[in-house]
Amino acid sequence: MTSRQRLWLFALGAAGLVACYLWAFAGLPGFGHYPGPYGPEIMRHVLAQTNATGVVSAVNFEYRGFDTLGEEFILFTAAAGMSVVLRRLRGEREEDSSPAADAANRQIPATSAAVRVVTLLMVGPTAVIGWWLATHAQTNPSGGFQGGVILATAFFLVYLSGEFIVFRRLRPDTVLDASEAIGAGGFAAVGVTAVAMSLPYLYNYLPLGTIPGAISSGGTIALISFLVGIEVAAAFVLIIGELLDQTLLRREARSEGSS
Amino acid sequence: MQVFPFLVVAWIVVVGLYGMVTSRDLIHQIICLIVVQSSTYVLLLGVGYVTGGVAPYLFDISPHPKAVDPVVQALALTDVVVEAAVTALLLSFAVQAYKRFGTLDPHDLAEFKG
Amino acid sequence: MTPNAVMDILQVTVLVLVAAGATVVVRTRDRIRLVLVLSAYGMLLAVLFFVFQAPDVTLSELAVGAIALPLILLLAIAKVRKPQ
Repeated sequence: MTSRQRLWLFALGAAGLVACYLWAFAGLPGFGHYPGPYGPEIMRHVLAQTNATGVVSAVNFEYRGFDTLGEEFILFTAAAGMSVVLRRLRGEREEDSSPAADAANRQIPATSAAVRVVTLLMVGPTAVIGWWLATHAQTNPSGGFQGGVILATAFFLVYLSGEFIVFRRLRPDTVLDASEAIGAGGFAAVGVTAVAMSLPYLYNYLPLGTIPGAISSGGTIALISFLVGIEVAAAFVLIIGELLDQTLLRREARSEGSS
Repeated sequence: MQVFPFLVVAWIVVVGLYGMVTSRDLIHQIICLIVVQSSTYVLLLGVGYVTGGVAPYLFDISPHPKAVDPVVQALALTDVVVEAAVTALLLSFAVQAYKRFGTLDPHDLAEFKG
Repeated sequence: MTPNAVMDILQVTVLVLVAAGATVVVRTRDRIRLVLVLSAYGMLLAVLFFVFQAPDVTLSELAVGAIALPLILLLAIAKVRKPQ
């Protein structure tokens, strides 16, 4: 089948798809006229039931906590899958593990001083902001997922500044694997603890606090958000680390072949 | 304005699928998949929008405002972060395919079996 | 102008920009250029989510779609480059 025929087949299929879409959108209540009972119902009862002012995080970690648990395990599985898929092929050996030798092997231009200063200065504030976002889920627009990704970004800044030796030393695999496991397992454990207290799974059993929107409010929401933040940060650093290790392996094979 | 965001969603889906069908590079195909997925975020947030509504955060406003729907925002939020990890997994498949077969053209890759 | 009309105009503008951005991402064939275009598309999406009154999703999309995802893509591209 030539590519012209493929394109015509795609055009036919896309026309059918668009027709179905337009038919479906004609049945929707129009943009801005959301009728559904679920949203306004939650907005009415969230302060009384959880004392949390960040309603989206309350929905994420309390009302729909089971869905969030599933999504977090998708993240966990993706990071684990990458480690399996990128295992070394036969014929590629691991080069000497001394970080100074690895840094000397790379034929790259040195990073300019401006880039180094800016990135190294930003590592601290980025880490602090990520931590702050991961722990304040119940008050403001923040939460475990955003805070975890920003925390991982703080690690990438070290790589961008050209300090490869420091970057490799900052990524001990045991610590990363342990923190990812603590994050993912901790979330499940919080739910199991509720079952152990003869409550439904993932029930909010910690004290709810008195001031809505304070740090002490929200019960298990803050704890779960913190654990999710740790897990997401560890998963992203692992993912980037896997891709980076591959680059170092390939350079070894290439320099062997050319000598 | 009643239906314009949904038209944009349909456009993004069709454009993304067109990119996937006519792509000659596995990496480009994966990026087109990201574009198709981003259309679902726009659809989710478009369904939950309330005209004149504020963001659903009760920190410094009256306790019963007219707010947009928080449930679809929670769905879109976790979706965005998980998509990046799944894309990383797909890219690692592409890297392994390149290492094994030496090419990233989908038409050539289709000839290899096993 | 009423606030609703201002929000309408803002939303329509950003929606048109997002549609154009998606077309540009799909039509870019060069790999390195794709990284930058994807990052710009992520930022446009973040602005769209902000205008749709969703600050949480904006934070996520900014951190992931404009920073982490292009970095992962760049590293993957570096691995499938023909060795010079």
